[in-house]
Amino acid sequence: MNIAILSGKGGTGKTLLAVNLAAVANGASYIDCDVEEPNGHLFFKPDSLEVEAVTVKIPQISDDLCDGCLHCVEFCKFNALAYPNKLMIFDDICHSCGGCVLLCPQKALTERDKAIGEIRTGKSKDVDVVTGIMNSGVASGVPIIDELQKHIQQKSKEEKHVFIDCPPGSSCVVMDSIKNADYCILVAEPSIFGVHNLEMVHELVELFEKDYGVVLNKVQTGENPAEDYCLANDINILGSILFDPELGLINSNGKIAARESADYNRFFSALLDAVLKEARVETTINP
Amino acid sequence: MKIAIPVDKESKDTDVCTSFGRALFFLIYDCESEEGQFLLNDAAKMTGGAGIKAAQIVVDSGAKVLLTPRCGKNAADVISAADISIHKTIHKTALENITAFLADELDTLDEIHAGFHGA
Repeated sequence: MNIAILSGKGGTGKTLLAVNLAAVANGASYIDCDVEEPNGHLFFKPDSLEVEAVTVKIPQISDDLCDGCLHCVEFCKFNALAYPNKLMIFDDICHSCGGCVLLCPQKALTERDKAIGEIRTGKSKDVDVVTGIMNSGVASGVPIIDELQKHIQQKSKEEKHVFIDCPPGSSCVVMDSIKNADYCILVAEPSIFGVHNLEMVHELVELFEKDYGVVLNKVQTGENPAEDYCLANDINILGSILFDPELGLINSNGKIAARESADYNRFFSALLDAVLKEARVETTINP
Repeated sequence: MKIAIPVDKESKDTDVCTSFGRALFFLIYDCESEEGQFLLNDAAKMTGGAGIKAAQIVVDSGAKVLLTPRCGKNAADVISAADISIHKTIHKTALENITAFLADELDTLDEIHAGFHGA
């Protein structure tokens, strides 16, 4: 079962939930798709790390073949090319569509590899930890998340549970992260702001026709607008993580609550059971 | 010699635009004929790479001088490669700055900002 954990904003508890569910799942995989600022590895501290580079294709010019026809400059929708006196290529603006290379009548443009990040795989007890990391200044993390999809597909072939820690928000990188998810968990905070962010990811999973449920985080007594939103929209609430200074302390020290505390181990194991039960029902009804 | 200036509107009394890449028009002023021509800046509404595209428009206009309050790095790289000199505007309107430039009162623009990409 591939389970994606997402939320409309950062700091809601995606990593807390993804890390702890993976920790109690008996030989699961944890895939960090938040490639701009991956942090699951800070908790798992995986060893025997293997590193593979992720590259994209970008154009390079042979000045002696270029006759300045400007076809490529006019074609590029991202304005990554200019021709002041010879062709200039702006690597950071290029989105690797390859159009300019296809179009060049003189065959003056060819492609070269540009490193944009890396994927680190390692082990933390019985959890396989796979982390995508994007280099700073790179325009899009999508190619790195595409590479992570290969790991997700491989792990699900091995019939392991895969927990996909998504980037915050509902943009392209999130859409790419949930591509192979069988089930999505939306994490929500008990505030008006939290509801706004929950709405964004709710709309996204509906659009992608994913099965999903909500985990409420930082729950205190009193009003919970996120809970109200779920009830009003008939969204299944999988569980609630209470606002607890002890949990905050464990987490802020880079420790995994399910490994540090017997109570939290039981809590996240029960939550995982609830998630898997719900996900199995949903994926059986809507395969 | 032609002078290019990013401007807000298509009229003689226009102000200089505070942005280079996202100015609505470029005024191309011909010093010999003392006449101006307005070019629509197609880059103004682009989601990205506006500075580069705007710089290409200025290069294609045949201007040898650019008067602008500021300019990003990518745009400045294109402009400089075409041997166009960049001078910093000090007045509000385009015409005042042209007059100042011709009187040798405008310094070259030294502060090239890193760009406002996504900001």
